[in-house]
Amino acid sequence: MFNQPLSDPSLIACQHCDLLQRLPELEPGATARCPRCDKELWRRRVDSLDRTLALTLAAAVLYVIAQSMPMLGLTVIGREASTTVIGGAQQLWNDGRELVAALVLFTAVIAPALQIGFMLAVAVAARRDPAPRWVGALLRHHPTTRTWSMIEVMLIGVLVALIKIADYATVIPGLALFVLGALVFLLAAIQAAFDPHEVWNKIEWADADARHAALAAPTGATV
Amino acid sequence: MSAAALTAMQQGWQSCEGCGLLSRPVAGAHEGRCPRCDEELTFRKRASVQRTWAYLAAAAICYVPANVLPVLTTVTAGGRESDTILQGVVLLWSPTGWPLSLIVLFASIMIPSAKILALAYLLISVQRGSIENNEQRARLYRTVEFIGRWSMVDVFVDTFTAALVQLQPLMSVEPGPGLPFFAAVVVLTMLAVESFDPRFIWDAASANEVRYA
Repeated sequence: MFNQPLSDPSLIACQHCDLLQRLPELEPGATARCPRCDKELWRRRVDSLDRTLALTLAAAVLYVIAQSMPMLGLTVIGREASTTVIGGAQQLWNDGRELVAALVLFTAVIAPALQIGFMLAVAVAARRDPAPRWVGALLRHHPTTRTWSMIEVMLIGVLVALIKIADYATVIPGLALFVLGALVFLLAAIQAAFDPHEVWNKIEWADADARHAALAAPTGATV
Repeated sequence: MSAAALTAMQQGWQSCEGCGLLSRPVAGAHEGRCPRCDEELTFRKRASVQRTWAYLAAAAICYVPANVLPVLTTVTAGGRESDTILQGVVLLWSPTGWPLSLIVLFASIMIPSAKILALAYLLISVQRGSIENNEQRARLYRTVEFIGRWSMVDVFVDTFTAALVQLQPLMSVEPGPGLPFFAAVVVLTMLAVESFDPRFIWDAASANEVRYA
């Protein structure tokens, strides 16, 4: 059964402390914070969808390069070895650490792919008004993919591994290492450019009748 | 701000964790679905305190073997040598390598234990109905949420060291039995953070304000 929307759509509750409040109309670039717990409620971005789309396309290209090129190599007395990101997980699997291999694969390969893929689909499809319902489904799960996508953590891990190995072998940083470095900044830039609030306002409601009722209701009516 | 209607829950309204829309269950129904994004709505995360305790206890149990068992084994012609996380930190300590050594020390040893202690403190304070230090507790929760992922650093270090150093019979590096436990600590504490509902921090204070308004 669907809940009924309130007649005043600017009323919200803080996601971190449940305080009821009215979300103000913001100037572009301005931020609204919860007066009680200081959680950021909304930051209005300028030109959010266009910038997000451009940055996400760039991120998708870098992602493909980063995953297909060798990330780290070494030479020692005439012998050479190199590995990709996926190669690292594969070796771990072969060494009998399947669970950890799966975790590395998920946090370094699958979750970043979903993070970029979801964002790309949202940035394209949310141009329509109303935006189709599946955009909401992707948007709802996007924070989870962000939590588990750990490119920046992996990058620091690889740098530490590089220093460790440099003690006894010559290390060759691969192309993917630099591309991953750029990707970390792009992913942060997407986060700064994207305005989920704007997209939610455009999305077609699951309970289509409720939306029309909510919009038709006179403002100021009590619930 | 009127004292009579402080939180959405006191008003009988539910805010959607997915899309943020505030809505009202239909008369008679206790909980429903979000009319905008179809998410199931509840006033607070379901069984939040119990689930967070369960993840936290599991993480604390795994924390012991994660630190006692070796995470990397180096095999050379001279024999095998196993290192725990702490030994890895010590090995990395050198005139040039000390900043990275500090990063691993923080990410692998301090952050996981601080996370477990912080969440245990939040849970206990919530269960005792504490109304003190609410701002600090909210900030503590957000810090734990933000910083938790960095414990994964050591998993990646060991993965790529083992993947690369496969120079048999000269030298090879294998992941040790401590690694799955360490990875489990990271995942379990992240799940614990996710299942904790920070709104509980404020609920005791809201209830009091209404009572004494």
